[in-house]
Amino acid sequence: MIKKDYIKSLLDKGTRIDGRKPDQYRDPISIEYGVSAKSAEGSARVKIGDTEVIAGVKLDLGTPYSDRPDEGTIMVNVELLPLSSPLFESGPPSIDSIELARVTDRGIRECHAIDFKKLCIKKGEKIWMVFVDIYPINADGNLFDACALAAMAAIKDARFPKLDEDNNVDYKNRTDDPLPLSKTPISCTVWKLGDKYLIDPLVDEEHAADARVTIVFIENGQICAMQKGKDSEITGKDLKAMVELAEIKQQELRKQLK
Amino acid sequence: MKYTERFDGRKPEELREMDAKVGVVKNAVGSAMFKIGKTVAIAAVYGPKDLFPKHLQNPKKGVLRCNYNMVAFSGAGDRVRPGPSRRSKEISMVTKNALEPALDLSPFPKTVVDVFVELIQTDAGTRCAGICAASLALADAGFKMKDLVCAVSGGVVGGMPVADVDYAEESFEGGSVDIPVAMMPRNGEITLLQLDGEVSKEDLLKAVDLAKKGCQDIYELQRKALREKYAKEETK
Repeated sequence: MIKKDYIKSLLDKGTRIDGRKPDQYRDPISIEYGVSAKSAEGSARVKIGDTEVIAGVKLDLGTPYSDRPDEGTIMVNVELLPLSSPLFESGPPSIDSIELARVTDRGIRECHAIDFKKLCIKKGEKIWMVFVDIYPINADGNLFDACALAAMAAIKDARFPKLDEDNNVDYKNRTDDPLPLSKTPISCTVWKLGDKYLIDPLVDEEHAADARVTIVFIENGQICAMQKGKDSEITGKDLKAMVELAEIKQQELRKQLK
Repeated sequence: MKYTERFDGRKPEELREMDAKVGVVKNAVGSAMFKIGKTVAIAAVYGPKDLFPKHLQNPKKGVLRCNYNMVAFSGAGDRVRPGPSRRSKEISMVTKNALEPALDLSPFPKTVVDVFVELIQTDAGTRCAGICAASLALADAGFKMKDLVCAVSGGVVGGMPVADVDYAEESFEGGSVDIPVAMMPRNGEITLLQLDGEVSKEDLLKAVDLAKKGCQDIYELQRKALREKYAKEETK
């Protein structure tokens, strides 16, 4: 409560705990590719300030769903490792990690960032399955945007493994073929505290905030996924302001991707 | 099948290239990264903190808890299913047993100290890399320790005793023995010893000796990593 009042009073003066402006990302933002190149078909590390997240892509063969016989599949998973924060505990996935995983998943799935039809090897029988696993290494706020960025970076880094003559995966040998990407979704989450908006929060700011809206944009400015979080309401006016802010700020993250 | 020259050209006693860094997870009380060849382990320490349920508490000293985990994309082939497995639970236990003799938690009765070890890329030798990282992380956290714990595998590959068996050697068709060893280098006490494969008494002792020599190299690197962080802080 004391922290909330403090954060609020700072925002009223247009500043924050670490001296940033409300609409300012932490510096530096960095992306490193191939951090698990030996094991994963694609991998990346994203740092936003002291928040660090790694993501890896594994590709495997499987059978398609009966209602989508000519489409590959994707699965996005986030595990909030207790290694990364004193606030995370061991055990089955918490609701926070499930929400994080599902929002990240939706951003990639709903705009068909990957052309799922091109992941089909034989209709009704054999398809590629894309597994994206995301892990915070140091959780210091804004995991929504960091996880989404790390997922896209790892997907861009991924190369198909070779298939042997029986159409089985040969993990030891990789091709030069990237995943069939058609769009690049980027997530920007705007947080609301009192009547102020902010982005890229620290953990204390996340706890103090009343509501958040995660908005995922593709290159042409279209929105492909959204999620309102936390238990306070937002108005239509809020939504408009938050979307406008997110649209500008997501471009800064987009620039970081190769 | 005889094995006369190592696949990657190393000498029998030579370890893969290593790297170690202390303080890689800011949120943690202590943390470290340890890399040997392509195997990369990150360890973070949290605590001491109150331990519940109460019957797990030790009134004389703090309890050490270790958790070893491979991230889903870190395996050589298929995706590793998230969550604990029989394998990861056993490795968590031997990791704890390997570290405990070096650690004095008597100043913190009734508490728990958690060590989390994550493998982000693997090429055999993961439990040893995890132990090296964990011991550095505990030192970084400032716990009283008798010594650092160093770990590397000895092995016999196609009849040749070697140190630091990698994945290609582990799967050598002509037979391979893997002997993970952890020790406290100052007095040479062994705190982890396991063996997979078939080996003569003579070769076993040779392989353990090679592992113990390897531990000395790791010891140097670990001390260098600690000095890198703390020597810098002293001069500030």
